[in-house]
This record gives sequence, C-alpha cells and structure tokens, in this order.
Amino acid sequence: MIDFNVLVLVCLTYVAFLFLIAFVAEKRAERGAGGWLRSPVVYTLSLSIYCTAWTFYGAVGYAVRSGLEFVTIYLGPTLVMVGWWWVVRKLVRIGRSQRITSIADLISSRYGKSNLLGVIVTLMAVIGTTPYIALQLQSVTLSFSVFSSDVPSMVNVDDLGNTALLVAIGLALFTVLFGTRNLDANERHHGVVTAIAVEAVVKLVALLAVGIFVVWGVAAGPADIIARIEGSDIANMKLAGGRWATLIFLSAAAFLCLPRMFQVLVVENADERHLSVASWAFPLYLFLMSLFVIPIAVVGLGVLPGANPDLYVLTVPLTLGQNKLAMLSFLGGFSSATSMVIVAAIALSTMVSNHIVMPIWLNARRGGASMSGDVRNVVLLSRRLSIAAVLALGYTYFRLSGGGEALASIGLISFAGVAQVLPALLGGLFWRGATRNGAAAGLVLGFTIWAYALFLPSFGDSFLLPASVLQDGPWGISWLRPRALFGVDTLDPVVHAVFWSMTFNTVAFFAVSLLSFPAPMERLQGAQFVNVFEHSRNAPGWAQSAAEAEDLLIMSQRILGAPQAQALFQRAAQGQGKAGYLPDTTPDFVEILERELAGSVGAATAHAMVGQITGGAAVSVEDLMAVADETAQMLEYSSQLKAKSDELGRTARQLRDANDKLTALSIQKDAFLSQISHELRTPMTSIRAFSEILMADDGMSEADLTKFSTIIHDEAIRLTRLLDDLLDLSVLENGQVTLNWQQTDLGAVLERAFAASTSMPGARQMTIRRERGSEDVSLMTDPDRLAQVFINLITNARKYCDAEAPDLRVAVSKRGGNVMVDFIDNGSGIPLVSQSVIFEKFSRLTDHSRAGGAGLGLAICREIMARLGGSITYLPGQGGAAFRVSLPQAMAKAAE
Amino acid sequence: MSRAPPRVFLERRTYRRRRLTDAARLLPVVGLLLFLVPLLWAPDRTDTAATASTTIYVFAVWAGLIAAALLLSRRLPKPGSELNAHEGQERAE
Repeated sequence: MIDFNVLVLVCLTYVAFLFLIAFVAEKRAERGAGGWLRSPVVYTLSLSIYCTAWTFYGAVGYAVRSGLEFVTIYLGPTLVMVGWWWVVRKLVRIGRSQRITSIADLISSRYGKSNLLGVIVTLMAVIGTTPYIALQLQSVTLSFSVFSSDVPSMVNVDDLGNTALLVAIGLALFTVLFGTRNLDANERHHGVVTAIAVEAVVKLVALLAVGIFVVWGVAAGPADIIARIEGSDIANMKLAGGRWATLIFLSAAAFLCLPRMFQVLVVENADERHLSVASWAFPLYLFLMSLFVIPIAVVGLGVLPGANPDLYVLTVPLTLGQNKLAMLSFLGGFSSATSMVIVAAIALSTMVSNHIVMPIWLNARRGGASMSGDVRNVVLLSRRLSIAAVLALGYTYFRLSGGGEALASIGLISFAGVAQVLPALLGGLFWRGATRNGAAAGLVLGFTIWAYALFLPSFGDSFLLPASVLQDGPWGISWLRPRALFGVDTLDPVVHAVFWSMTFNTVAFFAVSLLSFPAPMERLQGAQFVNVFEHSRNAPGWAQSAAEAEDLLIMSQRILGAPQAQALFQRAAQGQGKAGYLPDTTPDFVEILERELAGSVGAATAHAMVGQITGGAAVSVEDLMAVADETAQMLEYSSQLKAKSDELGRTARQLRDANDKLTALSIQKDAFLSQISHELRTPMTSIRAFSEILMADDGMSEADLTKFSTIIHDEAIRLTRLLDDLLDLSVLENGQVTLNWQQTDLGAVLERAFAASTSMPGARQMTIRRERGSEDVSLMTDPDRLAQVFINLITNARKYCDAEAPDLRVAVSKRGGNVMVDFIDNGSGIPLVSQSVIFEKFSRLTDHSRAGGAGLGLAICREIMARLGGSITYLPGQGGAAFRVSLPQAMAKAAE
Repeated sequence: MSRAPPRVFLERRTYRRRRLTDAARLLPVVGLLLFLVPLLWAPDRTDTAATASTTIYVFAVWAGLIAAALLLSRRLPKPGSELNAHEGQERAE
C-alpha cells in the first residue's frame, strides 16, 4: 500500500511540475518563440480534454454496466474529426477570421451580434457544465479515498468534502494564474494548453500502462482476454440500437458544442494546418484511450467482483500490488479531471464575463469614463471572479448532490444539454436564412424540453420535480409526463429526451427562421459566416510578414498607380533602414498608407481594404456603414452637381435666347434706322429741291411761288409729324409716358375722335354708324390717349377703305370683364399674310404716297393700349378691315 | 521537339485534389454507416460471442478510419493553400 503522505507529496509535485510547464510555455510564448508550442501535436493533445475523469475512470464502469456501448462516446468525435473538411475546418476559419472567443460568442456573432443569444448560450453552458465539474471533483475525491481507505486515522471519509474543496481552490488558482494572465486579442493561453498537452500524455500513458499490465501481466495476452470477455457477463450484453445511434450523434454534437471543446478546438487553434494532423491523430488518441477499456473491465470483474467498477483502473493494479502503476493511474485520473475543469472554467468565465458581467457593467457605467486600460482591468477581474464562481458552483453542486450515484449519469445529461446549441450552430454555418429569432426559439425550446425531460428528473423523485409529476404528468396530464412526452414511453430516457428536444429545437429553429426577417447586421454576419471561404483566405498569422507588405503593395499599385505606390513603399522602407520595396508593416506605415489610399478611395474603404490585409479582421459593420455614408455623400454631391449643371444649361439657354433677341433687335434697329433715314430723306429732298428753285429763279410766277412754298410747307409739316410720331413712340416704348388718368365716358371720347378726324383736311366722306346707347360706359382712363387711338383707327379707315361707299361701323360690347370697341369698315380688309405685321413700325401695306404716313400709327396705338391696360387687335372675318380695342372692364366698373 | 503543355498536368492535379476533398467529405459518412452495421446484427445474436466479435469489428473499422484519415490528410491540400481560393468558384459551378 502507498503511504497517503507519499501520495499527497507526489500529487503536489505533479501540480508544481504543471505550474512550471505552464510558466515556461507562457514565457516562451511571450518571447515570441512559438516552436513546439504551436505544433500540431500540442494542438491534438489539447483536444484530449474531451477525455475527462468520467471517461478515464467511468469508461470501465460503463463497459461493466453496458458492454460495448461506452465506445459511442468516442465514435462521435472520431467521425467529426475524420470529417473535419465539413464542419471543423469552417468553424476554425470563422473563429479565426471573426476573432471568436467562445461558443456563445460564435452564436451571438453569427446572429447579428445579439447579446440575447450570448446570454442564452452562456446560461445553458453554465447549467450544463456545472454538474460536470462536480463530477470531476467527485472523481478526484473518490480516487483519494481509495488510497486513504486503508489509513482511516489519516483522513476521515467525511473529510473528503474538504479534499474536493482543496482541489477546487487549487484549480481555481491555477486557472486564474494561467487563464487570465493577459487579455490577449486572440484569447490564447499557451501555458494552459501546454500543461493540458502534458496531462494528455500522462493520462494516455497511464491508461495504456494499466491496459498492458492487464492484458499481458494479469491475462496471458489478447487471446486470453477475448476468452475472458466471452466468459464474462459483458459478453451477453446486447447493443441497444436506439442508444447506440443516439449516443454517437450526441457525442459528436457535444464535441462541437461543449464550451471547453470549442475553446481548445477553435479558440486556442494557432494554425489551421494543425487540423489536418488532428483529423487522424485525435481519433487515434481516442482509439488508444478506449482500446483497453473492456480488457480492464473484464479483468476487474474477475479480480474485484462487487467493487465499484468506476475505480477499476485504480483498484486493479493496487489490489495486485502494482503500487507505482496505481500511482501513475491516479495521476492519469487526476490529470483528466484537472485539465477538463481548467479549460471548462476558462471557457465559462470568458462567456460569463463577456456576455453577462461586462454588458451589465457597461450599462451601469454608461456615460462614465471608459478608457481602454480601465476596461481591461475590469474584464480581467470579472474573468477571475467568474472562474472562482464557476468552481464554487461546481463544488456546491458536488456537496448538495452528496457525491453519490446521481452524478455518474450526469455526463450524458450534460452532453444532451449542450447539444441543444447544435441546430443554431450548424444552421448558422451553412444556412444564410437562419435568423436570430429562429436560433433563440430553437435554443430556448430545446433547452426547456431537455431540462424538463432529462435534467430535472435526474435529481430523483422528490427534488425539484415532485414524484407525482414524474409518475402522472403535471396536473395529471399523462402525455406530459417528463419521461414519456406525447405518450412515447418505450424509449430510453436519454434517447427520449434527445429525440424530443432536438426535434422541437430544430423545427422551431427552421420554422421561426423561415417566418422571421433578419436585421441588416444578421444578414451581413450570416453572409460572412456561410461564405467564409470566399471572403477570407487563411487568416494570416499574428506575426507581421513580408507577404503582407507585398499584398499591400499589390493593392496600392492598383489604386495609386505603380510608380507612385512603389515610390511610397521605397520611401517607407528607407525610413526603416531597409533596402527594396517592402517595408515592415508597422502601424505607422499602415496609417500612412491608409491615408494615401484614402485620398483615392475614401477613408472607410481604405481602412477596410488595408484592414483586410493587415489585421486579418473582416470588414466590420462600422466600416461598411462608413463606406455607405461616403457613397451616400458622393451620391448627394453628384446630384448637387447635376442640379448645378441643369441650372447652367438653363442659363445658357436663356443667354442664347437673349442673344437671339438682341441679334433680332439689332437687325430691327438697322432696319429702323434705314427706314427712318429714308422717311426723313424724302421730305428733306423735296424741301431742298423746291427751296433751291425758289432761290435760283427770281422771275417766278406768283402761282408757282405759292405752289412751291406750299409744297415746302406741307413737307415740313409731314417731317414734323414724323418726328412727333417717333418721339411719341420712343416715349411710349420706354415707359416714360405720363398718363392723365381720369373718369370719362366712352361715348364722349368717341365723339371727340370723330370730330377731330372729320375736321382733318382732305378727309373722304364716309358713313359712320354708331350705336350710341351701348356707348354709355364710364371708364377710368386717359381720354386724350384713348382718343388718339380712336382717331388713328378712324383715319386709317378713311384712308384705306376702298369701298364705293365707305362705311364705318363702331360696335361696343362687354365680354369677359372687358369692354370691346370694334371699328369695322366695308373695305377689302387686310390680307391674312399682313395681319401679323400691321402693328410693327414702318409697316405699310400700300403705296407710300397714298398712305401719307410713316407707318407708325398702329405701332403707337398698340403701345398706348398696352399702357392703358388694354389691347388692340385685328379682327378677321368681319367683311372688311376690323380693329378691336379692348379695355379692362374692371377699371370701367371701378369707375362707375 | 514537341512538349506536352504543362497546363494539362496542372489541371489534372487540381482535379485530383478536388476529388480528394470529396473523399474527405465522404469519409465520415462511410464511417457512420460502418459503425451502425452492428445494430443489424445485435437483435438476432444471442450467442455469447456477440460482444467480443462486435468489439473487434468496431475497433477494426475505427483503425481503418484513422488510417484513411491519415492518408487523406497527407494528400489533401493544407487549409489556406491555393485550392481554397478556388472553392468559391467550385461552389458556384
């Protein structure tokens, strides 16, 4: 028998050795000397925390109770690792590219960084893992008790609880020391992983040693073992089909979903290439771990019938006097328990701290100072407290449950609990349509059914669930019995619970995902996760490499142009004292480069592009939003530009119109000048000619004298009239005319006009027809100007009416708020082609001499009417020349 | 002198590698089927040799799987090598 003190001494030495290993590994990692720390062997060995004390000790007990079934627990992970190309590869890639810290973080991150999901998964993990930690404490305690049972004076069995407490405290210390030494961005713990790898070797060697001892030491080789198997109770145990398949599935699911497995498989993964080694090496490890389980069980049954089969690994060598082997076996079990607890505590504390403590703390301190150093300390503290809390919880559970048989079955129950994450996990990896609501619904429903159908009943009849509920269902509803939901009572409890919880979980996950609509963040993250191989290459290592600089150069050349980019890189390399074009990608250089690029593609885009190459970080949503903002700004800017150019176009058109008008006016002006000079020239010529005659010829008859002087006089008058008209028109056109507004009567104005035109010399006789009754309209106008218009019209009629018996009819009418005065003669009227030009200056339709005017009359009329607020138009189709003078009635009414 | 264009060779190698990844995907499915085979024996086997022979069968399949995984991992492209870059295309095909 081993002295208990020696046992304790060996145990403490072993622990000290582990501390040392972890310390050295940590130091090496700090120096950046990765070396063997980052080898695939260490990675594979670290995965062995899957094999806990439950499997180290419990597998033999399991084999004694259920035969070959124990092997399913290893077959599931074997299939997962052999099929690494499906899931694990993607999981690791996502974990690296998205900087995932835990399984809760993965689920939360995939579904739009939803903290709700993070909290749900964290709570599930804590509930599922706490009993498992208790199980480890129990196994360590039991293994101590094996050695102490022969020396009751040394350690009382009642003190076993204290052993567990000491173990828990020791583990907490180790975990805090090496699990929360630093707050690394990538959440890696080199010391812990290395220590675990060493422990993995110890437990494998221990189990193999016991196995070899049993097969070749106790029995006479493999043939004898097979014979012994066939002779034992184990031989007759049948495989339960449902359990066999379910447990393979369950262990595979748990391998992916267990927080501690996720920690070593994804978070602690230093290089994706390690996976290809682990894909066969880890199954090999499991193979070796389970190879001797049945031989040990069979031999144990022969050597120690009736003893606790869970401890055969320890008790068989001890009974057969192999103390050193027993000691090794004890250390193997101790290693199994401690490594699992350490990693589980790290994983859980990360989850609890990141998803529960930190959100609460940040919420409570909203608006307060949040310096980075500040937060780092808080995170570390909350991690440490979480580790202590997790272990305290495990210890409490161990004490409450009494450390009895109830714990033995907790392994599978715990597996079934964490497996509820599987639908959300796989759905998130492979299906973009998976939504946050779907994941939450599946998780909550599956976990509830698991708790109701498996977890709570596992405490026994009276604890939490009353016996009546177990027996008859809640409120006597038999189809809600926890172990026979919907009347399915033929299944094994574990199979039953897994079947219903996974079914409802998956159905709810898909149904709610199909019906709900994901938020933008969810869709973005979903695309990043599902298409991770299209978005990212192998995430670059943390060390800065020349490959990065080269990638940056390639990218910059595309954006800046080759000569500029090369010059920039060369300058930077020279600044760092290097030759060539590839400087070290220091933060300074990256910043400079980013600024350069930002000049070309915008800050957010440049940041995202550089970040993709240097940081390995995927584009964050903030980056994308900034890109979107920039794009929006550019769109706005370009729409402003468009508006401006439209305006410019309009202005240009207006200018063109104005130019056309000016050109036309200029032509008009030229025509006007030539007209006016012609008009002035004609009378001037005759005046000069006749005055020359008068001057030259003295002997002129009186009659001639009178005739010539009359001509001169007439021409002078005509000249004066022309100049008067021009002046009048000029005044009117420039708007300088002063109108003499007064109340007057339309009839009176007409009377005056007729009187004036009739009194003109040489006026032809003309019949005037008026309707005096309708002329009685009171007007507010300038009567002199209005009379001028009328006179002009009447005179024109006298002049141009070519009828045998000229006749002028004046008709006054009121229509549409206007007073119309029509002057209609019975001549041949004005031809259609000329109607548009008669109001223009110097437009004369007939012979100059016959008209006797300069052709300004109607132009003046039009100007006057415009000033008076009315209009004058030609009225076609009246059987003669007809002009309509229109005056605003409003003015007329106001005058009444 | 006529020389075979090297491109054909490369394409064939890429093709071979893709089929290897198919094999890697297939391996767990084959393994699962083989592991489920004992269920087909169990109900009728009442003779005493059941556990021993089933154990030998399961461990033999297990060892075979490990060997197959080892061979595949030797020949499969390492994660992050050039084949991954083509994976998007391959999926898009």
